[in-house]
Amino acid sequence: MRRKWSGMALALGALVMSAVAHAAPPSAEMLSNACGGCHGTNGASAGPSMPSLAGQNKDFFIDAMKKFKSGERPGTVMSRLAKGYSDEQVVAMAEFFAQQKPAPAAQKAAVDRAKVAKGKSVYNSACKRCHLENGKDFEEDTPVVAGQWLKYLQIQMAEFQSGARKMSEKKTEKVKSLTADDWDAVAHFYASQK
Amino acid sequence: MTMERRNFLKLLGAGAAATASVGLAGYANAATSAGGKHKVVVIGGGYGGTIAARYIRMMDASIEVTLIERNDHYVSCPFSNLYLGGILPDLKSLTIKYDKLAKNHGIKVVQAEVTGIDAENHSVTTSKGVFQYDRLVVSPGVEFRTDEIKGYDQEVMPHAWKAGPQTVLLRKQLEAMKPGGTVVLSIPLAPFRCPPGPYERTSMIAMYLKQHKPGSKIIVLDANPDIVSKKGLFLKGWKKHYEGIIDYRPAKKVTEVDNKNMSVLIEGIDEIKGDVINIIPPQKAGHIAHVAGLVGPDGKWCPVNPTTFESTLHKDIHVIGDSSIAGAMPKSGYSANSEAKVCAANIVALMNGRETTEMSGVNTCYSFLSEKEAVSVTGVYQVNKEKNVIEAVPGSVGVSPDLSELEAVYAQSWVKNILNEMSS
Repeated sequence: MRRKWSGMALALGALVMSAVAHAAPPSAEMLSNACGGCHGTNGASAGPSMPSLAGQNKDFFIDAMKKFKSGERPGTVMSRLAKGYSDEQVVAMAEFFAQQKPAPAAQKAAVDRAKVAKGKSVYNSACKRCHLENGKDFEEDTPVVAGQWLKYLQIQMAEFQSGARKMSEKKTEKVKSLTADDWDAVAHFYASQK
Repeated sequence: MTMERRNFLKLLGAGAAATASVGLAGYANAATSAGGKHKVVVIGGGYGGTIAARYIRMMDASIEVTLIERNDHYVSCPFSNLYLGGILPDLKSLTIKYDKLAKNHGIKVVQAEVTGIDAENHSVTTSKGVFQYDRLVVSPGVEFRTDEIKGYDQEVMPHAWKAGPQTVLLRKQLEAMKPGGTVVLSIPLAPFRCPPGPYERTSMIAMYLKQHKPGSKIIVLDANPDIVSKKGLFLKGWKKHYEGIIDYRPAKKVTEVDNKNMSVLIEGIDEIKGDVINIIPPQKAGHIAHVAGLVGPDGKWCPVNPTTFESTLHKDIHVIGDSSIAGAMPKSGYSANSEAKVCAANIVALMNGRETTEMSGVNTCYSFLSEKEAVSVTGVYQVNKEKNVIEAVPGSVGVSPDLSELEAVYAQSWVKNILNEMSS
């Protein structure tokens, strides 16, 4: 009996050692998979208030995580979770999600056609210089907003209007004449994009 | 025999520590099964098992994955308190099936009862035959230590700590209770599944009583010396909404019940009566983990390697979710989801003869305090290499600053996303 145990001890010893001694640091995939519980598999969200991260602009992602970490951007769980990652890890996750196929939200019912039409004209006058191609493309660190969940866009736009979420000087200048209805219309317009 | 085994385990621990720096075995042997194709069997179709099965297939479609679950559906424990409180009309939105998982990812889903695991022969015995594996993932959730509560009968005093018929039974009992009645809720000593869960349940039952059963109250008998999770936030919510309805009593361990008199005994002496009694019994790893010898010296939970979640007691068997000892990660649905992905990635690495990857895990747990307010606790987790345990990354662990309507909105999307991950 004793001999059998010691044989197993050797085998198990090697086993235990293997994973401890030589595991590589967390990969981009390892880090990013953990986000899926809230943001959906590979960042394709199925929940109306949770933003999709799939296909997001890398620089926007990095900037957002920095601002969650510093408290500059208001957040709930993200203000705490962002503190769990190093700058390098944030870059790795940003690259991972930027490479995922964009996943337009399935939200036909929620989007109002009249608001979409109005939103299109507000977009053309105030937004399109930075949120390129109807929000599908980006400039510098602006986010991809086309096909994003309506509820999420509305929460963010409310935070911009209340001042809780800070805007760049350029954005502040561009949106200063927008009414609450204008903001909401733009949210519907972006949400309607595929 | 038992002694010998314990000594052996001690020896093993010391041996591993002493030789870890040598590190000659960084790469595991690929391919063990005859016939070429690698085989993984996953036991348990809940928060852990579904995700492990799906992610293994997503990461390497050449691996054959069989998911064995005793039921043809699964009801989420997270959010089931909202049904007790009346926010959810039924459990439909919390129920998943396995058909899409099978169809979209080529997972073989077998509805069967697992009766045994033969670690040496790499086989799982079930009510529907024997399944061979190269690696096995065990994700059986929790089992109740009902032997520690004399007279316990779940049909009289439901636990409702595994969602489904038990949750429905408790809800019916609450509905049938006369106004001015007393609900008794018994909380076991930690660790148990979902640390903030009993306090969320207290809030949801209190909300139901306030709205539908005027003059009623809930007595909470907590075996722990204090509220285990999100204490300040729960106390704040209870004061704000349920003053005079919740009677919270710490350090009150229920040891016996009287089903006829509808009463519970604390430490065998102090008797408390209730019209509805919800006993959450103390817990241990799922039954099959005990049968398979995966439980550690504490007799309750399964020790695992923190990088691969491979059992430290049996080679090629991985334990995830509530049953595992995952260091600082709480026993939550989100933890099980996160652990499953870590485990899946490293199983795929090991099967392909590649280097394993250090774990990076997340937990986020929402709790509802009222119809529109929720709070959360979060954490990011990694392995402390010196101690070889999972620890929280400093700064990432924390609770909401206050009760939050926005967090309740996010919570609703969280449950949609996490159940969608498990079922599509």
